[in-house]
Formats: sequence, structure tokens, C-alpha cells
Amino acid sequence: MSEHKDIAISVKNIVKIFDDERKVLDDVSLDIYKGETFVIMGGSGSGKSTLLRIMTGGVKATSGQIYFNDNNIGDLNEEEREKVKRRFGMSFQSSALLDFLTVEENVSLPLREHTNLDEKIIGIIAKMKLSLVGLQGFEHLYPSQISGGMKKRVGLARAIAMDPEIVFYDEPSAGLDPVVCSHVDKLILDLTKKLNLTSIVVTHHMESAFKIADRMAMIYKGKILQIATPEEIKNSTDPIVKQFINGEIEGPIQIN
Amino acid sequence: MILFFEKIGRAIYGWITVFFEFCQLMFATIYWICIGPFRKKPINPKAVVDQMVYMGIHSIIIVFFVTFFTGVVLAMQSAPQLEKMGGVFYVAGLVTVSICRELGPVLTALVIAGRIGAAITAEIGSMKVNEQLEALDTMAIDPVRFLVVPKLVSLVIMLPCLTVVGDFSGIFGGYAIGVFNLNINSGLYWQTAIKFLALADIYTGLVKSVVFAIIIVLVGAYQGLKTRGGAVGVGQATTVSVVTSFILIIIADAILTGIFFFSDF
Repeated sequence: MSEHKDIAISVKNIVKIFDDERKVLDDVSLDIYKGETFVIMGGSGSGKSTLLRIMTGGVKATSGQIYFNDNNIGDLNEEEREKVKRRFGMSFQSSALLDFLTVEENVSLPLREHTNLDEKIIGIIAKMKLSLVGLQGFEHLYPSQISGGMKKRVGLARAIAMDPEIVFYDEPSAGLDPVVCSHVDKLILDLTKKLNLTSIVVTHHMESAFKIADRMAMIYKGKILQIATPEEIKNSTDPIVKQFINGEIEGPIQIN
Repeated sequence: MILFFEKIGRAIYGWITVFFEFCQLMFATIYWICIGPFRKKPINPKAVVDQMVYMGIHSIIIVFFVTFFTGVVLAMQSAPQLEKMGGVFYVAGLVTVSICRELGPVLTALVIAGRIGAAITAEIGSMKVNEQLEALDTMAIDPVRFLVVPKLVSLVIMLPCLTVVGDFSGIFGGYAIGVFNLNINSGLYWQTAIKFLALADIYTGLVKSVVFAIIIVLVGAYQGLKTRGGAVGVGQATTVSVVTSFILIIIADAILTGIFFFSDF
């Protein structure tokens, strides 16, 4: 059934080698469909965050291609790549809000930089995006004055400010308490549905992953082990996948 | 022996890389200042004004104190020598020319390199380690245009202004000693000062301060953009930034003084 869906972004044979010797991604290929929430999971150092950054254009792949709307992002010139980036949104692990801007200024920054909209309209859009993530009345505070969970939500509001087609989430539940974590999960699901987005989430938080994913990919030592639905992953017979999702000490995954 | 040459080779390669990366940053900054506005990427005036207040207005007091007491010391140190030659009132000319031509621009630049250069590196460096630069890049906002350009434009405007403040306060320091300690007549002091001071003494100092401003911002920004490894990395980058700025300011001063000297300014 999934074969008939439109592809939002396609990763083909991506290899990433750091410092001429450290192979972080080894021939990774996957297709992500429009409108789905796709979770990339894997342990620390498995290459999942690097894969996300290659997709967003933040890191260059050693070889391989990323196709977005049939264009290989690597072949685009600077101006075209910038246009592609405007159609992406990204929520960072550390929220990555600019410290010297208020909450509202952070959310309205991409609008101010890339559109000719009137200041009043930009303000209204920023408020609307903030209300979508359940934040009202905090517009004039600075990032240092709000909690970690609120920062995450502001980061999310900023990610959707330009009405992107794809939103990338890097460890959205990292460092959050279980209640806030569930709230962020619900937000990801709601935003994906309400705004008809494609969400690509990198996480190793299994509870969240199973809650939000339409499909999941397990990445281990730079290779994709399995791409499947949450149910199929839960019933996987792969010993690495089994050990990872159950968080067992004994198994093929060894900690250095 | 091979290891020794390998180390030298690596060091030279490292220096060449740094040089090219620095040039890249310089050209990117020039591009965003000169060509960016014609491609619908204007310089943010609010950011420039904010930086002008932070870099310029908030630095006036420190610049005043440093140059004022330099003027005081210069007058006190030169007075006994000039007294021996029977021309203590020449203190006015000596202090005024030394401050305007050399000490005013250089000391102001060194103070600003310590205050502003360090702040630029720490700010951009911590943004780098906290993923904020990556966030800008993901939003298709060029960090050089967004962060470096307003700082460069501001300091290129403000450092000459601060230099003028430094010149005046240095001369005032010399005046304080000359009039109140060496008992030089106030009118004679100003007369002597103006007699020895040529317009070229002031504008060569201001030309120098523009070059120093470019050095401070670009070195600060370069070190910030290259920061790696968390809080320790930010600290190291800040130290390297200030030390490099100091050295480059002194070298640039020597080169510019040479140029002005040999071209009869």
C-alpha cells in the first residue's frame, strides 16, 4: 500500500566518512512518504543525527544523493538550495533558540528574513504559531526565562513558521519529564495532521517512537537494519532491534 | 627526524588553511555588505544600531580612562627631560602628537579588542556549540550576514568615534598635568598643542582605527565560527581571538605607520 504514496524525500546510497577514516553512514537508502511521521531510531553514535543533518543540508554527504521533489539537493546551486531549505523546518535537541531574541522574535525570524510581510502580520503569524504549540502570553520573554519544555515548543513553533513541507525533529523528547514528553509527542502528531506535514523524527526514546511513528527505521553502525511499522518493529526477530527496543544489557549491541 | 618535518609540514598546512578560511570570511562579509543589499538581502539597521550602542556608547568610559591616564603618564615622563632642555611647555606638543598619531588609535583598538573582540568570539562561539548557528543555516539565514555584518559595520563607524574620544581624553590628561602640575599657562598649552598638531596626525589615526576595527571583528568572528568542544572550546577561542587581535593590531599599526611615513603623510 505504501508504494503508491508520494515520496516527500528520498535518501539514496548515502555514505558519510568523517576525518577520512570514521565511516558514520554506510550506503543508507530510504524513502519517506508525504504526510507520514517517520522515526529514525538507533543508539548513540549510530549515525542517525548525521543522517538527519545530511537530509536538512547541514552536513555534506561523502557520497550519495538526497532527492526532494525529484531534485538532488547536492546538485542545486546556493540559491536553489536556500529555496529548498525554506520548505524544511527543524526542531533541535537543544531547541537552539537565539538567546538575544525574544520568544516572538525567534518564531518570526524566518518570516522577517524571507518574506516582505508587514511587521503586524508577522507578529500575528508568530502568535498563531505559538498558540498552535500551546504557548500564549510568553511572547516577550527571552529563552533564558522559560523552561526546557517551553523552549522545545518555541523551537517547534519556529520550525513551522514558514509552513514547511517537512519538519525534522532531533531528539524531541530529550531532557524532558514524562508529562512534557507526552505533550511534545502529541504536538508532533497534531501538527503533522493539522498542517499536513511530513515529520521525520530522530530519537532513541522508544515509548515516544512507538507512539508517534507511522513507520520506523532502525539504524545500527551506520547501516539501516530494518524499515517497518511500529507493530512490525515490536515483533521483529532481528536480535539487534529486539535488544534495542527492549533496552536489554545482554545481546549483540556492545557498549564501548 | 621525519616526525620533526611532518610536524613542521602540518603546522604550515594549518596556517595556510587558517589564512584561506579567514580570507573566505572576509570576502563573504564584503559580499554581504556590498552585493547583498542589491539581492534583496539588506543589512539589518536595527542590529547595526544595537551594536553601535553596545560597542560604542558602552565603551566610552573605559576608553576615556585608559587614554586619559596615558596622557597623564606621557606628560609626567617627558616633563623632566624637556625641563632639562628648558622647554617644558613642549609637553603639550609631544603629548598631543603622540596621542593623536599613535597612542590614541592603538590603545583604543587594544581596549576594544579586549572588550568587543572577546565578546564577539564568546557570543558566536557559544551559538556554535549550542546549535544556534546550525539553526540559522537550517532557516536559510547566512550566519555571516546575520551576525558578522552588523558588527563589522558598527565597529567601522564606532571605533574612529571612540578614537576621537580617546584622542581628546589623552590630550586632556596631558593638559591636566601640564597646567596643574607643571604650571604651564593654559593658553600656551593649547597654542603649543595646536602648533605641533597637523591635520594628517588626526586622519592617519582615524584611517588606522578603521583597519583595526576590521581586524577586531573578523578575528573575533572567525574564532567564534571555528569554536569546537563546549564551554572549554569557547574559552580557548576567546583567548586566541584577543591575543591574535592584539598581535595583528600592532603589526597593522607598524605597516600603516610605515606607509604614512614613507608617503610623507
